Amino acid sequence: MTQWIDVGAIADIPRQGARTVALGGHDPIAIFRTLDDRIFALVDRCPHKHGPLSQGIVHGHAVSCPLHNWKIALATGEAQDEDKGCTPTIPLRLEADRILIGVNAGLATAA
Amino acid sequence: MNGKAAMQALEIQRPHGGLFRFGAGKMDRFVTDLSNMEDGATTPPAGRERLVVIGNGMAGCRAVEELLARDPGRYWITIFGAEPHVNYNRIMLSPVLAGEKAFDDIVINDRAWYDDNGIRLIVSDPVVSIDRANRLVQSRSGRVESYDRLLIATGSDPFIIPVPGHRLDGVISFRDMNDVDRMLTAADKGGDAVVIGGGLLGLEAAHGLTLRGMKVTVLHLMPTLMERQLDEAAGWLLKSALEARGQTILTGADTAEIVGEDHVEGVRLKDGRFIPASLVVMAVGIRPSVALAREAGLAVGRGIQVDDHMVTSDPAILAVGECVEHDGQVYGLVAPLWDMCRALADGLTDSPSGYRGSVTSTKLKVSGIDVFSAGDFSGGEDAQDIVLRDAARGIYKRVVVKEDRIVGAVLYGDTADGAWYFDLLKKGEDIASIRDYLIFGQAFAQGGGATDPKAAVAALSDDAEICGCNGVSKGKVVAAIEGGACTLDAVRACSKASASCGSCTGLVETLLAITLGDEYAGERTVRTMCKCTSFGHDDVRRAIVEKGLKAIPQVMQELHWSTPDGCSSCRPALNYYLLCAWPGEYVDDQQSRFVNERMHANIQKDGTYSVVPRMWGGLTSPKELRAIADVVEKYNAPMVKVTGGQRLDIFGIKKEDLPAVWADLNAAGMVSGHAYGKSLRTVKTCVGSEWCRFGTQDSTGLGVKIERMTWGSWMPHKFKIAVSGCPRNCAEATIKDFGVVCVDSGYELHVGGNGGIKVRATDLLCKVETEEQAMEYCAAFIQLYREEARYLERTAPWIERVGLAHVQQRVVEDAEGRAALADRFRVSQSFSQEDPWAARAAGHESHLHQPLAVAAE
Repeated sequence: MTQWIDVGAIADIPRQGARTVALGGHDPIAIFRTLDDRIFALVDRCPHKHGPLSQGIVHGHAVSCPLHNWKIALATGEAQDEDKGCTPTIPLRLEADRILIGVNAGLATAA
Repeated sequence: MNGKAAMQALEIQRPHGGLFRFGAGKMDRFVTDLSNMEDGATTPPAGRERLVVIGNGMAGCRAVEELLARDPGRYWITIFGAEPHVNYNRIMLSPVLAGEKAFDDIVINDRAWYDDNGIRLIVSDPVVSIDRANRLVQSRSGRVESYDRLLIATGSDPFIIPVPGHRLDGVISFRDMNDVDRMLTAADKGGDAVVIGGGLLGLEAAHGLTLRGMKVTVLHLMPTLMERQLDEAAGWLLKSALEARGQTILTGADTAEIVGEDHVEGVRLKDGRFIPASLVVMAVGIRPSVALAREAGLAVGRGIQVDDHMVTSDPAILAVGECVEHDGQVYGLVAPLWDMCRALADGLTDSPSGYRGSVTSTKLKVSGIDVFSAGDFSGGEDAQDIVLRDAARGIYKRVVVKEDRIVGAVLYGDTADGAWYFDLLKKGEDIASIRDYLIFGQAFAQGGGATDPKAAVAALSDDAEICGCNGVSKGKVVAAIEGGACTLDAVRACSKASASCGSCTGLVETLLAITLGDEYAGERTVRTMCKCTSFGHDDVRRAIVEKGLKAIPQVMQELHWSTPDGCSSCRPALNYYLLCAWPGEYVDDQQSRFVNERMHANIQKDGTYSVVPRMWGGLTSPKELRAIADVVEKYNAPMVKVTGGQRLDIFGIKKEDLPAVWADLNAAGMVSGHAYGKSLRTVKTCVGSEWCRFGTQDSTGLGVKIERMTWGSWMPHKFKIAVSGCPRNCAEATIKDFGVVCVDSGYELHVGGNGGIKVRATDLLCKVETEEQAMEYCAAFIQLYREEARYLERTAPWIERVGLAHVQQRVVEDAEGRAALADRFRVSQSFSQEDPWAARAAGHESHLHQPLAVAAE
């Protein structure tokens, strides 16, 4: 059963930036806001060496990991170009300007 | 509005004469004002159902028109309007404000239309309640009408930000004719106007008021104008163009309050700025007008929820226009409204077709600037951007393609192909076969161009202009190539083609390929900055200075970037180049900074940070050491280490704790050590003549002075300095970017050393006699490096690239040039020597350190 948690407003996240949601016992979740105001949620962990993706540079619909510059697609969590790996995506819903993320048993395994 | 006000509103309409005569000759009723209307018959002709329409706007009347076209005798129609007017084209209020049209020009249905179709129009009297059980509506004046079918077309309400002062006289919205009248009255007196909201409506209001002679400032909360319709690049172009037309545009402007006693006197922003104004227009957005429907108990989400036939949760009640929510969507544009009205009329005349939602496009002209957008231009998974930028003509085109189909388009400056793109988008046509030519527009993609781009260039006549900037014809370019210029750079050098904005580079290369055939090497020798651009670092820097480019989106536009907002390679580089070119003027873009420079600490492999406070020249004191020891204990830092640059590095600090750590270190007088930045890192020193038996000069003292002069400066890459007190060189000055080795007779200055992957000993720049000279040469050398090196190029590879002789010529031989370089460095430093920790410790940008939310699971 998916439980939807209101984590904040779109305006709380800087454009071309990210904020994190602390989730007790799991990796935090990174919520990204792109230049064109799309919102994405990923587990805040690069598939490469587990860098905090929320701290990377957001460009287009991708983020570059701050540790080794792996480029991760925000929509799929997939590493781009030559790199191979995938970060779990988090279910996300927008209601007006509020951001809701879905947490369930699936997240526990993902995280 | 009370009854008296309603009467006054009606008086306004009198000059038109016979205005409120309804159904003349058919129902024999004359209505001249509300009291007369109350006496009117309320029984429909036999066999007709009663249709009551709430809303005399574009949607309500269009629905009625569609209905009449299908079955004119079926319904007995009554329309309630809140305004004192017949149905007019709300979209055309802007031209009325701008003085291009009069109210009569924008009337859609005049009195005769209502009369001829037997429609009862009740104006200035909005419906205030719906009694669904008895199928009755009641208006504000108390009038009660019964209905068989009810159509709600209440449109939308302007959204008023509830800041202090929003009820002051002189604060108005931009929604109806009354608002326009009030704006015109205010504009007659001249003075300052503020428009809050840089969307379509706000910019139209600003344009109109500017034309009416007011000095207009637009306040927009978002970083770019019209962010819903335009992407950042187009929004930026629009802003520049509007500013050139005399408007002041403040983006990122958050209104704190509207100031005034009785009448508005100005607007204060949250950052403290005050903008005087005698008129404030609030145009921040609209909301579906749903209060009436909600009170009546209809299903309401963002709008009144309707099915495909525009029927609400009550089968007797329909709704149409901006007030409805269909399939989760609400629309604020006119095109969907026409589609809805068709589906509604089909349903009301027993031939249901169904509305399936609309794909919308916006085409508009603001201050004579053509802008178009359609569909989803936010990109997304699998979406590809095709971008064309023609800086010289002020054109930006972006088509978003997904799986060989157009899903969105943004056009700025040239919207001629908007309709074509929109058509392809709506039909979902496969564009694979014309993809290469798509961005050039319909004429090219479907015309003779759709063969081979080379053939198109070959077909150009000899006098066709290739380079617009320098007026170079095809004939001249070909002549240059035939004369021996067989590379792009050679063509640029001898013909000037493609030597300015570079937008014709592709054309010149094609000409090289056509003219030289197989002999053309085809590759440019200059490495581009990244995949987002065809320009190299040096070209970009030159353009920034020559063209006076002062923002990242501006650079991307002028230099034809192929991505909407660059990448993690080019953005930090552009940010640095702009910062270096325009000290004190350019506003640093934090989102284009690598994490360490955003967090003012060094990220470690586990995501924690290390913190290095500055210790001038490597000197410290008991107070500083105690503060560092306290921080290590207080925040459970697992390790503290002496660095190669003679500093103490505190490891394992969580990003949430950084501001508190900095506050503690600040309290002991320490500032950021910039151990994280592409910036001056440390000045390493030995003890020098003060203590050392070999010391020749005060190397520690000079080191401290140099660090005080250079700290906080942003550089192409990290920059390390050392000062050794004698040729034994204990501070290892000869593997630093700038090293001073003191000797008996003065100071040897060394440059371009590196102790990294590839060890490189410094080159001797020169020898000077005094500390002051050493400082001056140091400042000049740093500034030359800052201005000439490419981003992420250390001094060692830079000097190997440009040659030591060049550096010596600029810094040593050219005394005047040296002074100028040093001056520019000092100017730049006057803006950069602020401790970034202090602001954060005081609570600035706390969102960078705190999670958005903490969720327990």
